[in-house]
Amino acid sequence: MNWLDKQRNILDFTLSSLLRRKGRNLALLAAYSFIIFILASVLFFTYALKREAFILLNNSPEIVVQRTVAGRNDLIPLYYENDLKDIRGVLSVIGRLWGYYYEPAVGANYTLIVPEDRVLETGTVVIGRGVSRTLDARVGDIIPLRSYDGSYMSMEVKDILSSESELVSSDLILLTERDFRDLFNIPAGYATDLTLHVANPREVITISNKIKRLLPDTRPIVRDEILRTYDAIFDWRGGIIMVIVSGALIAFILFAWDKATGLSSEERREIGILKGIGWETYDIMVMKFWEGFIVSLSSFLLGIILAYFHVFFASAMLFSPVIKGWSVLYPNFRLIPYIDPYQLATLFFLTTVPYAVATLAPSWRAATIDPDTVMRL
Amino acid sequence: MFERKSDLFLFYVILNLCMLFLIFIHAPLRQNKMEPYMKEKIQMVKGLELTDLCLFTDARYTRHPSMAVIFTPFQEHPLSLEHFPSGSLLPPPPLLRSHELAR
Repeated sequence: MNWLDKQRNILDFTLSSLLRRKGRNLALLAAYSFIIFILASVLFFTYALKREAFILLNNSPEIVVQRTVAGRNDLIPLYYENDLKDIRGVLSVIGRLWGYYYEPAVGANYTLIVPEDRVLETGTVVIGRGVSRTLDARVGDIIPLRSYDGSYMSMEVKDILSSESELVSSDLILLTERDFRDLFNIPAGYATDLTLHVANPREVITISNKIKRLLPDTRPIVRDEILRTYDAIFDWRGGIIMVIVSGALIAFILFAWDKATGLSSEERREIGILKGIGWETYDIMVMKFWEGFIVSLSSFLLGIILAYFHVFFASAMLFSPVIKGWSVLYPNFRLIPYIDPYQLATLFFLTTVPYAVATLAPSWRAATIDPDTVMRL
Repeated sequence: MFERKSDLFLFYVILNLCMLFLIFIHAPLRQNKMEPYMKEKIQMVKGLELTDLCLFTDARYTRHPSMAVIFTPFQEHPLSLEHFPSGSLLPPPPLLRSHELAR
């Protein structure tokens, strides 16, 4: 009998042995798969979100210059542009007009932006899908916006931004500069902040330092900081869930250890009989290896596949409340699947190896039981 | 169909590995399919000069975390305790994270 046939015979025997304790092993498989499913879902979700954030925000302005007064953001005078334009390497400086609008009727916050890339008529707005949902507003409808003096401005919805862009546009209301200034009483000559476009990306930090020296009451935010913010957010959020789930993983490994060390009398008898009919300690260990391998590999594959479907087909149903929070307005989006094979390999080693060690090591003791003693019990 | 239990197990493993392989095929296919929408989003980020994703809309410092004033973590006033749930999911400022100090 060659090596392969021997392994197949042991595998056959191990599967029969596992099926004899069907209920217990199926429960074990389900718990193990569920833990891997949760861990893999977190990994898939945070990695896909991080990748998408990186690709999208890599196109945000190279530098945003805010003005701070008494530690709070303040409107920035547009004449600051002149100083900034004179800095060598700066291609253009644009004053951005944007702010927040709280709609008490629905309890949602909207982001109002004056677009630079499209022309709107006064009295009209373009809204994101989230705004459209919360206000039940369609193209042609009139939405009232409460201005700084308590009067209402009636705005006609000209267009609704696409549902595919919700990840960046769900809460946006685009309006004209005149309407924006009238709504919030922002005087001409002021903007919310300034955005800078730089010729050479390697000069961004130097330019940022020059801005700090030139305009000490401003705070330049470079694109790398924006990207780092999102990296940190998703690492943090993923980390929180990981910490919670790793408690379950540790409990599971302890359970597996306990199961392997405290062999049932039936399992002891089985090992005793096997040794009695001529199985060697090595064969018993191989059997125990196959037992761990069957359970952990089946759980790993099942957990990963289910996690993929959960995150990329079912829009991460279990995590969506974490993203949505309590806020009334939240984006509906389906993530683009980005998979990091390195992460999968790490997950494989972090979940299957501890289980294999936890079950295989104590099995050594069981495998060295004297068959005569066991069978007499 | 399967004479031995090991055959059934091997079939199950192969089936799962095929599914795993399909995941690696599906992901780039989906990326390609979503490319026009991705370009649309990129265009929107460029055109509107957006700096943040629309994830948490509860407060201004959670809607635009990259634009928030980093040295006032609780934002509103000195005794204002954090009350937005997403605040607990946002990381603390770098000064409170020791690993950031090394940067």
